[in-house]
Amino acid sequence: MNKAIRFIPLILVIILGIVLYRGLSLNPQDMPSALVGKPMPNFSLATLLDENKTVTKADLKGDVILINVWATWCVYCKYEFPDLIDIAKKENISLYGVNSKDDRAMAKQWINNLGNPYIFSVFDEEGSLGLDMGVYGAPETFVVDHHGIIRKRFAGVINPSTWRQEFKPLLAQLKQERLAEQGK
Amino acid sequence: MLKTIIIALLTYTTLAFMVNASPVETFKFKDDVTKVRFQTLTKELRCPKCQNQDLADSNAPIAADLRKQIYAQLKQGKSDQEIVNYMVERYGEFVLYRPRVSNLTYALWFGPAFVLLLGVLVVVMVLRSKTNKEDNTELSNEQQLKLNELLSKNNASSASTHKKQ
Repeated sequence: MNKAIRFIPLILVIILGIVLYRGLSLNPQDMPSALVGKPMPNFSLATLLDENKTVTKADLKGDVILINVWATWCVYCKYEFPDLIDIAKKENISLYGVNSKDDRAMAKQWINNLGNPYIFSVFDEEGSLGLDMGVYGAPETFVVDHHGIIRKRFAGVINPSTWRQEFKPLLAQLKQERLAEQGK
Repeated sequence: MLKTIIIALLTYTTLAFMVNASPVETFKFKDDVTKVRFQTLTKELRCPKCQNQDLADSNAPIAADLRKQIYAQLKQGKSDQEIVNYMVERYGEFVLYRPRVSNLTYALWFGPAFVLLLGVLVVVMVLRSKTNKEDNTELSNEQQLKLNELLSKNNASSASTHKKQ
């Protein structure tokens, strides 16, 4: 009995070590969004390309809606653009943009130079929609399901590898859910 | 002389740091109470981007936005609780430097007290077992017999040496 007690500190240290070691491989930036499971917030803003056209939440249509937050001040958004164009073409999703706290002329220039992956981009000059969505940087991408519920927030660059890892499984799951609901 | 120079240098560097430490924004408050509330809120809320800074301390664009948002909401006459709820709805419990007590945070709130209690308990147990050992000075029957035997032997031998002298 006494001998077993002597090993308790060692065991505690080992457990602590395992917990701390695991902590090393966690990404502190990888936080669950407070909005996952909640409806997409309402908004009423002009589009980037046509400042006289106002869009709202009702204009986001599609079975699976992807909302990509971007800006010309965001360096990584530039890397993301070609992959977004590719994904918008190939995948069964509707991709919308939120141009966050940007200069309209510069953003238009970007779209002209790099191509336009979005069905439309909302021009969120004040960052009010970004704030409502809990955005704290760019690029960030949200997945909204067919009920208008936010299912995922991804902070970081979309490329073929992150797309496969982060989005593909969720898209498959959403498809299953849609099929199940249609079957009822 | 040297002392004066050192003091002058120290004051200079401290002042320089104080000037550069926090982002400069000019918010005008209608009274001192609102000002204090603003300062408290920006210290209580964490910047979502730079995770080890509070909103008051951070230079990140998002922190500036949130400061403006807090200022605007204070102007609208919102209560502290309403403002905190607004932030939590968008950025999650994460923005609170003092997380709410919930199933997830029980360990965080009560863990240290529990560990302290455990430590006290262990110390008490160790001390008790030690004092018990010290109290146990009585000899067992066997030991008593052996002692008597040794003593009588000793007495006998010392008696014999006395005789010789």
